[in-house]
Amino acid sequence: MSEMWLNMGPQHPMTHGLWNLRVKIDGETITEAEPVVGYLHRGWEKLTETRTFPQIIPMADRLCYGASLSWSHCYCLTAEKLLDVEVPERAKYIRTIVLEAQRIGSHLMWLAALGTDLGSYTVFLYPMRERELFLDLMQDLCGARLTYNYPRIGGVRNDVPANFERDFTRVLNHFEKKIPDYEALCDESTVFHMRMDDVGKLTAEQAINLGVTGPNLRGSGVDYDIRRDDPYDAYSQIDFNVCVQKSCDAYARYRVRMDELYESVNIIRQAIKDMPKGPVRVKPPRNAVKGKSDWAHTEDPRGEAFMYIIGNGDDHPYRLKVRSPIFVTVSAAAWMLKGYKVADVPAIMGSVDMCLGETDR
Amino acid sequence: MNGLFIFLQGISVWLMSIVGWVFDFITLHGFADWFRSPGVVFFLTNFLAALVVFIVGFLISITFIWEERKILGRLMDRRGTQVGVLGLFQNFADGLKAFIKEIIIPDEVDKWIYDAAPVILIGISCLLIGLIPLSPDFALANLNGGLLLIFAIFSIAPFAILIGGWASNNKYTIMGGMRAAAQLISYEVPLLLSLVGVVILAGSFNLMDIVQAQQQAGVWFIIPQFLGCLVFMVAAIAEVERIPFDLPEAEAELVEGWQTEYGGMRFGLIMLSEYVRGYAASMVAVILFLGGWDGPSFIWPEIWFIIKVFILFAVWIWVRGALMRVTTKQILGIGWKRLMPLALINLGIAIAIKMAGWL
Repeated sequence: MSEMWLNMGPQHPMTHGLWNLRVKIDGETITEAEPVVGYLHRGWEKLTETRTFPQIIPMADRLCYGASLSWSHCYCLTAEKLLDVEVPERAKYIRTIVLEAQRIGSHLMWLAALGTDLGSYTVFLYPMRERELFLDLMQDLCGARLTYNYPRIGGVRNDVPANFERDFTRVLNHFEKKIPDYEALCDESTVFHMRMDDVGKLTAEQAINLGVTGPNLRGSGVDYDIRRDDPYDAYSQIDFNVCVQKSCDAYARYRVRMDELYESVNIIRQAIKDMPKGPVRVKPPRNAVKGKSDWAHTEDPRGEAFMYIIGNGDDHPYRLKVRSPIFVTVSAAAWMLKGYKVADVPAIMGSVDMCLGETDR
Repeated sequence: MNGLFIFLQGISVWLMSIVGWVFDFITLHGFADWFRSPGVVFFLTNFLAALVVFIVGFLISITFIWEERKILGRLMDRRGTQVGVLGLFQNFADGLKAFIKEIIIPDEVDKWIYDAAPVILIGISCLLIGLIPLSPDFALANLNGGLLLIFAIFSIAPFAILIGGWASNNKYTIMGGMRAAAQLISYEVPLLLSLVGVVILAGSFNLMDIVQAQQQAGVWFIIPQFLGCLVFMVAAIAEVERIPFDLPEAEAELVEGWQTEYGGMRFGLIMLSEYVRGYAASMVAVILFLGGWDGPSFIWPEIWFIIKVFILFAVWIWVRGALMRVTTKQILGIGWKRLMPLALINLGIAIAIKMAGWL
C-alpha cells in the first residue's frame, strides 16, 4: 500500500469533540500528522466584548464542558486584577476546594475517555461512577452539575451549605479507596502497559518549545506547576507535591494525572481543615479603567489557562484574549505521532486529554 | 441414526401418514403412497433435524448475547439490559430494529462482494452449528475428520472480512480487512497446535470419539492438557475477534473497522454470526478440554453441555471486561513468541503421556 492521507475526524470515535486529525500513513505507520481544529469556533472572544463583566462568567463556563469551573475562575481572577478587587480569605479557600474537586472530575472524565479509546468499557464506567459523586457535591454547593456559574468577581456566589465538610470528607474517603481500583484495571494490566509504554514520546525540550503545559508537560519531566510556581487563591498556604514523570511517553502522562488525583484529595482535605470564617464575597467596582490591561494564569486540569483583558472605561472589556492549553498542546500531535502505528493514535491522543470547547473558543 | 433422527423420523412418519390419509380420503391413492414412501420421510426427517439444530444453535447464540450483556453489566457495576423478563427480549428488539432499518448501500462499493461477505459469515456459522454435536443423540453429523473440518471452516471468516472490507471501498474498512489477515497468521498456528495434543491423547479427529476418550479415561483433558487449554482459549478469542483481539473492528481508531459501511440487517447478521462463532468456539473448547456432555446422569447430557458452554463463555466475557485491545504488532508477538512455544511444550507433554501409556 502506498502512502495515503487518513482523516481521523471530525466525526470519528477517537476525537472527543469536533476536530480532525489528518495522518499520512504508510501501511499502518504514521509518517505525518496534521491536527485541524476550528470546527467548534463560536467567536467567544468577540462575544465577550458585548457583555458586561459579570455577564461573562457563565459564558466562561461554556469554554470547557469537562472543567467549566476552572475557566470561570480564571476569568474572575483576571477581572479581579483588572478591577483591583481583594478577595476575602474564606472565598479563596472555597475556590481552592471547588477547583480541586473540578480537577478530579475532569481527570476522571479523561480516564474514562482513555478507557474507551483503548477498548475497555469498564475503565469508562468506573471513573464516571465516582465523578458522579463530585457532581453531586457541586450540585449541593451551587445547584448546577456541569456549568456551575459559581465564582464571582470578588469571591464566590454563596457560602458553603451546611454539612459541606462532612459530605466532602465522606466522598473523599470513599474516593481514595476507589483510585486503587482504576490502577488495578490499568497499571497492573500488561495489555495497558503494552499500549501506553514508549508511545507518543515527547521530550522535555520539544514540550517546552511547543508550549505544552500542564500534566502533559509534567509527563515529559519538566517540574512546572502554576499552583506552586505562581500561586493564586489559597495554594500558597497549602502543602502539596507536584507530580512529575520522567519517561516522556503516554504512560507518563497517564501516571501524572493519576498521581494528581491523590494530590487533589490531599489539597481538598487541607483546605477544608484550614478554611477560615468570614465573608465570601465583596462588591466589585462596575467599570474598568480605560486602556488598563491585566492578565492571570491558572493551572487548568489540562494545562496553563491564561486570560488577558483590556478595559474600555465602561463595564465592557475592550478585548478579552484566552490562551487555551489544548490549542497549544495539540500542535505537538505531529511530533508525538510520527513513526507510531495507527493503532497507537487513540492511546497517544487519549493521553493528551483533548477538550475542544476551549481549543476553538 | 441417533436419538434426534429417530425421534424426528417418528414425527415425519406420523405427519406423512396423516397427509397420506387425507389424500386417500379424496381418492388420490398415488399421491398418498408417494407421501408415505421412505424417500419423502427421509427428506422430511433430515429437513426437520437441520431446522431443530439451527433453531437451538441460534437461540443459544442469542442467549450468549444476553449473557454477555448481563455479566458485562455486572462487571461494570451496572445492571445490563432490562427489556422483558430479565432482559431476555432485548436481543429480539435489537434484531427487529436492525431488520426494519433502511438498506443503505454506498455508491462506490463492489456490490456483489459487499453483499457476499455477510452471507459467507452467516453461512459458515450455520455450517459450524451443524457440525458440532450437543450429545451423541443430538447431532446432525458424525464425521471422522470433524475437528479438521471445523477449523477449516473457522478460517474462512477472515477471508470474508478481508473481501468485505476491500469491497466497501473505504480506507478504514480496507485497514480492518488487512488486520484480519494479519491476525489470522498470528493465531492460527498455535491454535491448531494446541489441538494436536488432545487429538494425540484421544487418537481421533472425531468429536464424539474425543468425548468418549475422556469418559473412558475418567479425566477431562484440561488436567493433562492445561497449557493446551490455555493456548486454545487465548487463540480462540482471536479466532472469534473479541476484545482484546478485535483488531479488525477496533472502533477507537478504525471507526467500526471492516464493518463501517455495513448497516441495517447486514450489520445485524454480522453481529449474530460473531456470536454464533463464539458459541461454536466455546463448544469446541468444551468438547476438547471439559469433557463435552460428560457429567452425572441425573440431567440430560445436552443440558450439561450447554451449562459448560455458558460457563466457559463467561470466562471470555470476564476477559473482555478486564482487558484492553492490543495492536497488530503485539498480537503477532503474542502469537509467535508466547503461544507458539507453549503449544509446543503442551504437544511434548501430550506425546510423553501417550508414550508412557497413562491415558
